[in-house]
Amino acid sequence: MTERTIAVDYLARVEGEGSLKVRIHGGEVEDVALQIFEPPRFFEAFLRGRAYTEAPDITARICGICPVAYQMSSTHAMERALGMKVDGPLRELRRLLYAGEWIESHALHIYLLHAPDFLGYPDAVHLAKDHPEAVRRGLALKKTGNHLMQVLGGREIHPINVRVGGFYRTPSVDELLALRPELERALALAEETVRFAAGLEFPDVEEDYEFVALRHEHEYPMNEGEVVSNRGVHIPMSQYEDVFEEQQVPHSTALHSVRKEAGSYLVGPLARYALNFDHLGPHAQHAAKEAGLGTVVRNPYRSIVVRAVEILYACEEALRILDHYSPPPAPYVEPPSSFPASVGMAISEAPRGMLYHRYRLSPEGLIEEAKIVAPTSQNQKRIEDDLRHLIARSLSLDDAGLTGACERAVRNHDPCISCSTHFLALDIERS
Amino acid sequence: MPTPPRPKLAVWKFASCDGCQLSVLDCEDELLALADKVEIANFREASSAVIDGPYDLSLVEGSVTTPEDERRIKEVRAQSRVLVTIGACATAGGIQGLRNFADVDEYRRVVYAHPEYIQTLATSTPIADHVPVDFELRGCPISKAQLLELISAYLGGRAPNLPNESVCIECKRRGNVCVVVAKGTPCLGPVTQAGCGAICPSFHRGCYGCFGPQGSPNVPSMLRHLHDLGMAPPAVQRVFRTFNPLAPAFKSASEAATSDEER
Repeated sequence: MTERTIAVDYLARVEGEGSLKVRIHGGEVEDVALQIFEPPRFFEAFLRGRAYTEAPDITARICGICPVAYQMSSTHAMERALGMKVDGPLRELRRLLYAGEWIESHALHIYLLHAPDFLGYPDAVHLAKDHPEAVRRGLALKKTGNHLMQVLGGREIHPINVRVGGFYRTPSVDELLALRPELERALALAEETVRFAAGLEFPDVEEDYEFVALRHEHEYPMNEGEVVSNRGVHIPMSQYEDVFEEQQVPHSTALHSVRKEAGSYLVGPLARYALNFDHLGPHAQHAAKEAGLGTVVRNPYRSIVVRAVEILYACEEALRILDHYSPPPAPYVEPPSSFPASVGMAISEAPRGMLYHRYRLSPEGLIEEAKIVAPTSQNQKRIEDDLRHLIARSLSLDDAGLTGACERAVRNHDPCISCSTHFLALDIERS
Repeated sequence: MPTPPRPKLAVWKFASCDGCQLSVLDCEDELLALADKVEIANFREASSAVIDGPYDLSLVEGSVTTPEDERRIKEVRAQSRVLVTIGACATAGGIQGLRNFADVDEYRRVVYAHPEYIQTLATSTPIADHVPVDFELRGCPISKAQLLELISAYLGGRAPNLPNESVCIECKRRGNVCVVVAKGTPCLGPVTQAGCGAICPSFHRGCYGCFGPQGSPNVPSMLRHLHDLGMAPPAVQRVFRTFNPLAPAFKSASEAATSDEER
């Protein structure tokens, strides 16, 4: 019997620091550990004693790639704690800001982090030497997403314009309409992106995922909806912790999430798409069908096509919002000046999947307890399952080949390690 | 004629949110041109190809919070001809520097069911506390324009043009109405270094100091103003103790905010 260990000490082209360790004994995969050595930063601890109004700016700093997600989950959680309802144009502007982040984050992953895997390059700079038009398309899309965030949020990383109740300043109709030509170009680039992604070569793999995402009655989910899965979960957001739990494992500074008595599950584009296909816009649905996607995609490698479809949706949705925009009477709903001690939670759909926040507030408006569950920590256990299956069918590969295949399988899920640390290096051990 | 070798660029990550290194990739219009001028030799977030050091220019993101990182930063310094810290974590400890004012064992217990699995230092410290730093870029996050100016200056062999004046100067240049004068909104603009483009006042909110202290901040005067604008001492302490909590001027402001003589 030979023992093999395969180790990737530092996974590249993922956001944050992680590694992977695999132990193989006599043709059986004994252990797969996606290790996260991103140093812990203790957000949930130092949020205590901060004013509820500070949470959107502070929690944004959990992740430079998806700060809007943190701002959206935290503002909605606080509004629930304070009994506030934010509707109308303010609600639409929040979707518009989120659309910007989806476009920016997905374009980054598709073109700069993921496509090089399919085409055999170490990075986008090398990819650009042979496929300049593809990389330029990706950068142009990314720039449009970032531009939306600049106009609405003040800047693309850690926007400054989001507050509990709405925004500090809302844009004029003219400011938004000025974005129209660029968004129309982005829509066309997104259609090309779906075709580009669909034209890549995909390993013939299907995984039996439990998909978990928000689902809303009328729209593709961003900030509102119920938590649903393809295996019967259908609960209001407020029951999230009754059904899902975080567990700590020795090899990781990230906490792993499971559905109680069921096990691992997947959040993110594949889950959102499978559970909400009917709410995609006409362009996105048409492009998905043309690209040969069913209404459910179980091949993790094809997530690159689904991300492209979501970019297209985000462009459609952004155009819809700016065409119907009329400025709200005030840039924000005034929070109540006094309130009892209260608890509020919210889930929003970050580019990588559901992001859960819960806060307990004192009557003085200070945070007494905070709980944050990032998308990648929910996916971590499910990514390990993907890896276990991959390794079992790829044992004939040499260590370098197997290591490369494992890294690719991890990148399929666009893990954001900064987020999940409270969250990955590959170490394959064969015996 | 042979082309001269391009300088080798490395991007390093310590405890951080990845936002400052993302700023490199956010230079959508300049990224490919930049890659012609410098060899991106070690940038794990963007590339699986790593070229061995030494490196001509290292950009360091994040603060030092683990025993391993204490060792690693010395290795990075040894491999780097020029080392530039990028962002509030690397230059002033970052938001995770709030642990320096608290009990980190208690923090570990709040976040983790098995705190014994977690290796961490009691403090988050700026890079300059561990190794000599050649230049620092401020901000949470850094400004893309400042990053490009820094790299251009490096390539041109000149000093970067990055003034340490206050946000107020930038705000005036932008033609904003002062949020303090017009609306009585507390604003850290007078004591905060420029570079962001005075975006907060442009969006009708007060500056919250994410670029850290400007060159010569008048902290006692700022504290009096915040008090006169109706901010309670704990709120004043919190505003200085956020993204640059260990920058000396902000640290002393946060300590003075709740001491009696300042009130």
